[in-house]
Amino acid sequence: MLAALLADSSGQALAHASAWAVFAVGAAMILTGALGVVLLRNPVHCALMLVITLFGIALEFIDQSADFLAAVQIIVYAGAVVILFLFVIMFLGVDRKEAISAEPTRFQRPLAVLLGVVALVEILALSRIDHWSAGTPSQSGALSGPGSNVQKLGQAIYTGYLLPFEMTAALLVIAVVAAVVLSRRHQPSASEMSELDQEELLSARRFTPPDQGDQS
Amino acid sequence: MNAAYLIPALPLIGAIVLLFGGRRLREPLSGWLATIMAVGSFVATVIVWVSLLGKQASARSIDKNIFTWVPVNSLHVNAGLQLDPLSILWCLFVTGVGSLITLYSIGYMHGDPSFSRFFFLLNAFVFSMIVLVLADNYLFSFFGWEGVGFCSYGLIGFWFDRDTAAVAAKKAFVTNRVGDYGFMIALFLLFQHFGSFNYRDVLHSHLSGSFATGLALMLFLGAVGKSAQIPLYMWLPDAMEGPTPVSALIHAATMVTAGVYLVARSAPIIHFSSAAQWTISIIGAATALLAATIACNQNDIKRVLAYSTVSQLGYMFLGEGSGDYGAGIYHTVMHAFFKALLFLSAGAVIHALHDEQNMKRMGNLRRYLPITFPAFMIGFLALAAIPPFDGFWSKDAILAAAWHKSPALWAVGVLTAFLTAYYMTRQVVLVFFGQSRWFDHAKERGAAGDHHVYEAGGVPHEAPATMTVPLVILAAASVLGWLLDAPFGGLDFINKWLAPLFPPTVAPAFSVATGTKWLIGLVSVAFALAGLASGVAAWRRAVDRPRLEPAVLEHAWYIDEGVSRTVAGPLTRMANTFSFVIDGRLVDGLVRAVSGSFAASGRQLRRVQTGYVRNYALGISAGAVIILFYVSLRAGS
Amino acid sequence: MSVPSAWYLVLAAVLFGLGATGLLIRRNVLVMFMCIELMLNAVNLTFVTFSRDLNDIGGQVNVFFVLVVAAAEVVVGLAIIVAMFRRRAAATADDIHILKG
Repeated sequence: MLAALLADSSGQALAHASAWAVFAVGAAMILTGALGVVLLRNPVHCALMLVITLFGIALEFIDQSADFLAAVQIIVYAGAVVILFLFVIMFLGVDRKEAISAEPTRFQRPLAVLLGVVALVEILALSRIDHWSAGTPSQSGALSGPGSNVQKLGQAIYTGYLLPFEMTAALLVIAVVAAVVLSRRHQPSASEMSELDQEELLSARRFTPPDQGDQS
Repeated sequence: MNAAYLIPALPLIGAIVLLFGGRRLREPLSGWLATIMAVGSFVATVIVWVSLLGKQASARSIDKNIFTWVPVNSLHVNAGLQLDPLSILWCLFVTGVGSLITLYSIGYMHGDPSFSRFFFLLNAFVFSMIVLVLADNYLFSFFGWEGVGFCSYGLIGFWFDRDTAAVAAKKAFVTNRVGDYGFMIALFLLFQHFGSFNYRDVLHSHLSGSFATGLALMLFLGAVGKSAQIPLYMWLPDAMEGPTPVSALIHAATMVTAGVYLVARSAPIIHFSSAAQWTISIIGAATALLAATIACNQNDIKRVLAYSTVSQLGYMFLGEGSGDYGAGIYHTVMHAFFKALLFLSAGAVIHALHDEQNMKRMGNLRRYLPITFPAFMIGFLALAAIPPFDGFWSKDAILAAAWHKSPALWAVGVLTAFLTAYYMTRQVVLVFFGQSRWFDHAKERGAAGDHHVYEAGGVPHEAPATMTVPLVILAAASVLGWLLDAPFGGLDFINKWLAPLFPPTVAPAFSVATGTKWLIGLVSVAFALAGLASGVAAWRRAVDRPRLEPAVLEHAWYIDEGVSRTVAGPLTRMANTFSFVIDGRLVDGLVRAVSGSFAASGRQLRRVQTGYVRNYALGISAGAVIILFYVSLRAGS
Repeated sequence: MSVPSAWYLVLAAVLFGLGATGLLIRRNVLVMFMCIELMLNAVNLTFVTFSRDLNDIGGQVNVFFVLVVAAAEVVVGLAIIVAMFRRRAAATADDIHILKG
């Protein structure tokens, strides 16, 4: 009995300790990555540090038993978004180092740091004098209880949040169209151009050497 | 009786059509349209008159409500017509003379670039005048009152590209405004006291002495402005800047008699106050004399007639103030005939001499104007009160009433009669007799580039038929019109016709002994003949007689100049102060300060918009920090 | 017994502050964009924490939506950046400041 009790309490303690450990590791990853993003000069390094932060966030999600979100975090953020960033950086060839010390606008940097610190202090002060959260629990469905996290999340999304969910679908389609439109190189057709523009274009083509001719 | 609606409607329709479609109509057409409308209105008036004649004398007052104009709480003001002997009498000669003058204008205004605008204003004037006399309450009358004021302004300033015409129009309007304030104060008093403007309510009430005096004097002030009496007579001579038919219609025959009408209409109010009656008769007599003296020494053919009009209007008020409203109205009608005739004849003279108005440059025109000359002569004899022409009878009635009121007033009237005969003789002699002096001046004008002067053989020509026909009709009226109210044989139609309006309670009957009447008549004839004789004697041979033309009279006793100096000068200075100091510096300065402060703050604030997106992000964070600070404060409490 | 939610929230606050400061300091548009992602993730973390705190699934649903919106935002934002860099190779956020007062 005692052993069982001991084992139980030690199991609880172990779970407790492991939760703290996961939190600590996640927090360390998050802060390291965030500092890296802010301070490193090479955009590629920044993107890689961002991946570390995102993994840290995923860890914290798991620590708070948000399993599905942790998976999505890794797949969408680390897998898609950051890759997209890296792709753009490489594609455009802008992976040169930024001169961090150069700052054209005065007061921008000290003010930025000051504001960041003040905001942090205010949040911490707020945490000391008031509750973090206030509200009625379990408005849109309990988090605890039987069933997996994925199942509960899915039920919430496909019932109570169905309309916003469908709207995100529309939003994604719009975003795709916008990306296509924005990145397409616009070649005006002859009918869209004034006669003067057409003349200009023709004369410009006539006088460009063929080896440097811009076909676009 | 539904023809009553046509009386104001026809000129209104004509005015509207001419206002919006005048430019599309060809030149004579708009004139004929206006004439037809005026004649139609006259015919409608005659129909109404005849139907009124068929009624009992006491039943000759009919109200026709068109619509409720001002329905405010207990105040109901109708746009309504009151057909009674007084208003119909006025309507008859307004539309009658108006028709003739509209017809005459077709010839006179021939070739004017703004031909149809003229006829628009004429029709609008006839409409306003009809509203003024037919309205069944003071407020609607005031509408017509202001309407004729506007039309008068528009017609005096018809040739507004002439500076003098524009100034004269302004002067007429402003001077009339002074009188209008009197009318308006009278309206306020009526509203305060009766809560109604209807003649029916107002004119059948008993009034206390001081209130009646105030009300009557305020109404009379309105009449003074419109009818050009002392002290507001100065605008009328200047109004001669308008086209001559306008002078005949508005500034001799009809509009200026609106004051006479107002006083006659308000007789039941005025009779409560003997002070008001004395004021009216004294002002009338004084105006008659003053204007007559000035008329003796004017050289402009129309200005003589204008001062004469002022003088004759004074006679009318003298008659009304003396309590004999019938005599005043009788003179009004007679005056409408012969003064319109004189003005139209003068217009024919001016027309013949191509816009020459100075009598010193006329002379001997009787040979060239075979119709105008006898017409003018008839008008002259009527105005000079030579029996048996119109003016004698009406003036005699007034003088008899004045004698009854006070022999002093009568003496002033007789003296004026002498002067009237004198200055009219002077005019006739200078214009139609003696040497022809226009020829030299015509040559001067021709040399000065005015080539069309007398190009047709160098001889003045008689006017076209549209102008001479009205002359003939008006001449006939001036010879025979007096039969409307002859003081013998039961022929006093006007007196009988108006009797229901002026019962003995309002205008107590007075009798002047027959012998006295004869004496008064003989004296006034004697004075008129004396004036005529002295005029002939003085002007038969000479054109310039400096001793008979003192500068003080030529400048109208310097009253105009004096008024300009004492009233206009300080007013101008005050206006300048307001305009340049108060408005220019203070008000504009305030406005500029406000706009300048906005511009300056904008110039400073635009620096915030740096264009750097990171600066904007900084602003957003600052805002977030401030909000957080606020939340912490609230959380702490 | 797990970690008290206050720890997570402080962590999220610090992460958010870092992201905001980075956004204000850095001039490379891509890095600024990454800082925005940091801030979004800080918010996500608070959502999940509150969800656990209040025993409410709604917070996690919100995180899901934030993820979707962030993905869409990245797509459009990167497209804009590509278009911008195509015009000028070495562009920073400060080079685009024509629209000023």
